Amino acid sequence: MRAIQHLSALAPLALAAFAHADAGSDAGAGVLGQQLVTGLSNGMIIALIAIGYTMVYGIIELINFAHGDLCTLGSFMALTVAGALGMEMWSGVGGLTGVILLLVTAATFCAALNWSIDRAVYRPLRSAPKLTLLVSAIGCSFVLVNLSLFWGGLPMQVFGGGVAAAAPKDFPALVSDNSLLPDAWRLNFTSSDLMVWSVTLPLMVALTVLVRSTRLGKAMRAVAQNPTAASLMGINVDRVIGATFVIGGALGGFASVIYALYNNTISFQMGYRTGMDAFTAAVLGGIGSMPGAVVGGLLIGVARALSDGYIEARWTNSVVFAILIATLVFRPSGLLGAKLRDKV
Amino acid sequence: MLAGAVLLGLLDRPLGLNLLDPMRGVLVFALLGLGLNVVTGFTGLLHLGMAAFMAIGAYAFAISTCDIYPFQIGFWPALGVTAVAGALAGFLLGAPTLGLRGDYLAIVTLGFGEIVQDVMKNLDAITKGTQGINPLPAPSLPVVGEFGTDERPWYWLFLALLVLAVKLCRNLERSRTGRAWLAVREDQLAASCMGITPIPVKMYAFATGAALAALAGGLWASLYQSTGEPGNYDFQISILALCIVIVGGMGSIDGVLVGALTMIGVANIALPKLASWLQAQGIVNPSNVLGSPNNWKYLVFGVVLMVMMRVRPDGLLPARLERAGGGS
Repeated sequence: MRAIQHLSALAPLALAAFAHADAGSDAGAGVLGQQLVTGLSNGMIIALIAIGYTMVYGIIELINFAHGDLCTLGSFMALTVAGALGMEMWSGVGGLTGVILLLVTAATFCAALNWSIDRAVYRPLRSAPKLTLLVSAIGCSFVLVNLSLFWGGLPMQVFGGGVAAAAPKDFPALVSDNSLLPDAWRLNFTSSDLMVWSVTLPLMVALTVLVRSTRLGKAMRAVAQNPTAASLMGINVDRVIGATFVIGGALGGFASVIYALYNNTISFQMGYRTGMDAFTAAVLGGIGSMPGAVVGGLLIGVARALSDGYIEARWTNSVVFAILIATLVFRPSGLLGAKLRDKV
Repeated sequence: MLAGAVLLGLLDRPLGLNLLDPMRGVLVFALLGLGLNVVTGFTGLLHLGMAAFMAIGAYAFAISTCDIYPFQIGFWPALGVTAVAGALAGFLLGAPTLGLRGDYLAIVTLGFGEIVQDVMKNLDAITKGTQGINPLPAPSLPVVGEFGTDERPWYWLFLALLVLAVKLCRNLERSRTGRAWLAVREDQLAASCMGITPIPVKMYAFATGAALAALAGGLWASLYQSTGEPGNYDFQISILALCIVIVGGMGSIDGVLVGALTMIGVANIALPKLASWLQAQGIVNPSNVLGSPNNWKYLVFGVVLMVMMRVRPDGLLPARLERAGGGS
């Protein structure tokens, strides 16, 4: 119910935005609509990554700083596979097969990597102070960034022959950017947008089902509430945490592929940017809350698009950080989150 | 440590070591590390945006000295302006945010770092955008004259300022405020029961740390006669500062000096040497991504943080806690 109250609190804002557009010319409304479509699609991708942050935070209270960079590695993996199989040439049904293949590869890869990171880096520090864990996560993020940089230097055609490792890489356009709507609507909703929605929505539904009604989901909620009590009830806490990292990693892997397909370019540093967007989304929605991560992701996606369109693209990152800081200062529990108090 | 630095300054020329040039970087970053040490080491607040204060220092120094602005107050007064600007920025960031929990505060400082960088980049009417502000004047002293390309006066100046900063930090640590910092770090609840109000105490730490970081930024800009582009003061620098404090040992002043020597030594001296050796051996060629020392920095910083947290979270030279009633 709280969730609905908060959403209704947002409604006037959204109405105000539309009213503003109506006051402008027709073209203004078209631009606004387009910004909203792009913003919502990017927001879905951000939301998918944000879920990875929020799940890990919910269960071990760690801001998993390396999550964004994990996604970067996921898209580099996808690009490697695409390059090795010559996917630039695939189109139509072939393109669809390619997308599914990339999604599965990247998700598996990211899930395995995220699990290994937890096993090797975070698990030995379970009982250490929280800031120790956070500093390790930052260290881990830097290592992953550097691995992406080296990966970009692979002597493959898709990586530009391995000459300019740090340069952004083009990602093959497996999904077309033609609008699916009639021209008269003056609104582009492309196959790429459709792909984003048709990948993210089922994943979110599946995740909700998993958390709400499976044994694992129950165990995850129990560990999030109280690890000690959960382990006394016979739950293998380390395995549940490992599973959380696997799920978060897999979602990050899916997100990395649709990000690459939607934006058609990837670079070794993008994880920092998308990671911060996703983290902001998680905090805005209320960290630890999965519906919150989705709402936050959509809001951040739209905020970015509006800032690109109505302020200036070069200020967009600052706008996102300002939202982050303002949320943390004025409403640290986020829009949908439970009130958190500093444990003493 | 400092005696060793003096010795190095004296012996560098006769022994032909040519280490004073890179050592200037060590000294400036030691100053930055001292600033972060006040915030993270003494007070226990994880700060991920020290580069922002360095940038604010560099730009404050540049705006008060460069001849494209009306102020041109000269090197020494500008250092004062730099420190004050840093302290003010520290207050501004700290005032609304210091009530936050530890990890949230860390993220806010990170966001602050990014915003400052964006502002420097985008307000090009004032900050000259990516060109940076230049040329900046070098300091001058009665006997030495104006500092030029000779690295020795710079080295001695930076060393002298560092010695002053070390002295300042040691005194602060033992002062009433310093003891309040340590108390808040150890147990905020207990500290507030003993009559310490945590937020002003933390604010003071923020401002002190920011002032030291700003000084480091001002000196850096003066050394290169330019603020450089805003992108130079990025997250990597903040993390470098964090590595310096963590390697040495949080809260340990000697530790910061060791940390700066280790980290800058690795990043600016050992990595380039390793890269040129690898190239000479024909193992990698310069166009390869592995061949440039810069491309290894993230990996080095990351591994340092992870390994230190796992193996020696107290650092190489851990701070010793004085026992109650002890002290010198």
